[in-house]
Amino acid sequence: MEFFVISLLNGVSYGLLLFMLSSGLTLIFSLMGVLNFAHAAFYMVGAYAAYSLGLKIGFFPALFLAPLLVGFLGALVERYGLRTVHPYGHVAELLFTFGLAYLIDEIVKVAWGLTAVPFRVPAVLAGPLFTVYSTEFPKMRGFMMLVALLMLMAVYLLITRTRIGLVIQAALTHPHMAEALGHNVPRVFMLVFGGGTALAGLAGVIGGVAFITSPSMADSLVPIMFVVVVVGGMGSLAGSFLASLLIGIIQSFAIGLNWSLGGFLGALGVAVNAQTPLYSLLRLQLSEVAPMLPYLLLVLMLIFRPKGLLGTRAD
Amino acid sequence: MAGVPSKLRYRPFNLGRWLIWGLTALVMVVLPQIFTQGYAITLMSQMGIMIVFALSYNMLLGQGGMLSFGHAVYSGLGAYVAVHTLNLAGSGQIWMPVSLLPLVGGLGGAFFGVLFGYVTTKRSGTTFAMITLGIAVLVDTCATMFRNFFGGEGGISTDRVIGKPFLGITYGPGVQVYYLIAVWCLASMALMYAWSHTPLGRIANAVRDNPERAEFIGYDTQRVRWFTLIISAFFAGIAGGLSTINFEIVTPDVVSLASSGGVLLATFIGGIGFFFGPILGAVVFSFFAVALSGYTNAWQFYLGLFFVLMVLYAPGGIASLIMMQLQLIARKRFKRIAPHYLAAGASGLLLLAALILTVEMTYKLSENSANGTVMNLFGINFDAARALPWAVAVGLWIVGGILFNLARKRVARVWGEIQTELLEARA
Repeated sequence: MEFFVISLLNGVSYGLLLFMLSSGLTLIFSLMGVLNFAHAAFYMVGAYAAYSLGLKIGFFPALFLAPLLVGFLGALVERYGLRTVHPYGHVAELLFTFGLAYLIDEIVKVAWGLTAVPFRVPAVLAGPLFTVYSTEFPKMRGFMMLVALLMLMAVYLLITRTRIGLVIQAALTHPHMAEALGHNVPRVFMLVFGGGTALAGLAGVIGGVAFITSPSMADSLVPIMFVVVVVGGMGSLAGSFLASLLIGIIQSFAIGLNWSLGGFLGALGVAVNAQTPLYSLLRLQLSEVAPMLPYLLLVLMLIFRPKGLLGTRAD
Repeated sequence: MAGVPSKLRYRPFNLGRWLIWGLTALVMVVLPQIFTQGYAITLMSQMGIMIVFALSYNMLLGQGGMLSFGHAVYSGLGAYVAVHTLNLAGSGQIWMPVSLLPLVGGLGGAFFGVLFGYVTTKRSGTTFAMITLGIAVLVDTCATMFRNFFGGEGGISTDRVIGKPFLGITYGPGVQVYYLIAVWCLASMALMYAWSHTPLGRIANAVRDNPERAEFIGYDTQRVRWFTLIISAFFAGIAGGLSTINFEIVTPDVVSLASSGGVLLATFIGGIGFFFGPILGAVVFSFFAVALSGYTNAWQFYLGLFFVLMVLYAPGGIASLIMMQLQLIARKRFKRIAPHYLAAGASGLLLLAALILTVEMTYKLSENSANGTVMNLFGINFDAARALPWAVAVGLWIVGGILFNLARKRVARVWGEIQTELLEARA
């Protein structure tokens, strides 16, 4: 029971962090058709910017300023980079963001060094929030969930209840009509790209403080973000929310379980030892396979339900 | 269909093509006789491997329109298959001449192409790109799990000198390995060029340009993509087999995302629109990765910047830039624009110097400052913590920026004039 509750809490908080990342990605994708490969790089920039700002002005002001800075950077990238390659099609845009991700990675290495920087949890958020049975649940994880939920609410209200949100929705489905009605659709694109990267920056501040701030922090996130977007259904915000939680929970449960195929066979009465064929496959424990599970899910999803959980288009 | 010949053949003797292929072969034969240092041989061997790899990648990206982020999966797994085969041959369990080892790598690559390609090629475009990334990560994480096959972090090492020498060839000295790579490289180049003229190669172009119409004339687009990927994986596997012989070790790095990204960078920089583009790209990339990495730790930054600039301003790659100049030379207009090119190049060099100075000083301050901040660049010693070098860098940025902008506008104007002239001359 203790294992169940803790794994669930960890899974949900990790899933919410994933959603903070993938929501921006999904917004950008559904509006512009651009799959932003550099999204995780902006996440990293957010963490590093907050670290450097935090040294001067403290953590909480940096929590607000760093995402704004990242969003501004994102808007610049859209205006002077993406807009230039847009006429060459989506593959060119994807290539551009791929190159950008590569470049940002290297810039971070040049500017902040190859090793992790000591980005620490502020004193207010250090320590346990509450104790489940005998395991402590850290305050930082709680804060992570809080920020993610607040962000989810803010984005939802912004899109459904404000004028700019309505323009974004209009530009999403009928860009030409929205333009004909006098809305500056390219500027909406720029704002959405900036906004999406700002969300990534915010996730970066939280993720950087909760986990680690190093030049490789983005590497593992790019593929997993893509899994979320594909599994949830390309361009579906609700779908990416579901998929983020699903992947977060699957991973945190799998890490804690030492089930293996061999053990399963053993329970059925089949003796498994080093001489059994495929032993190296049978002895693998679920906890060892955990990093692989999201990608297996991706492959299975593509075979059996190509449009994703809540997606509408199959291509 | 009586009375209609089943095939029309009109094939004049193509002198230009024979000349180019002959010259390429000649260059490959002669180069190691001129540059005999071990370092140069290593560089050229890696270039040969990268050429095969990049060309196989361009089969997907250039000819099939499939942007893959996981092509190293096929070359890497091919390399692993090759290294295990070589070890078996070395211990005498099977008979296998080293010269044919790349073929084993190729078959290994093709096998995984059949397997993974079936899943990835179900979709095209952006989704294809994401699935290939997913597969790449899947294989990459497998590498840490199955130690028997992947050999853990240290990888699997081998010895290429096995069996009795054949005609004095032992593959001990590097130059013999270079010639083996050159032969396989040339053969692969010729085969891949020939492939682009087969019906499958042509229909792959059709599927790239307009999948819907390809379906209307009766082709299953998924199957075309799948077959293309299998053949491409075969040649990637050959590159993997060659790298096994060259390095005598295969580590999980070969299936990493970085390797997949590297081949994408190389191919695109060279140019995906022309067959010879990836060859140029592979040469440039190997130069960055092997030669430049000895001078600066920031070589990946320069490579990335180069790539982004190419995507933004020359999406056809180096090959398209060359072809544009060839057109001018053929029409005898090159002389008019050449001085402007020189001016742009000179001011571009100023900007490059400014960039290098800024990057290297930043790097020195952030990473190496423990060893002192004194550094050496272009043969000049200076202290990166002082203001003067930074002032020089800012000055170079400003002067270079202004001059380059002027030169760039001049080039664009003259280029436009020439194009108008050529159009009018045609009309």
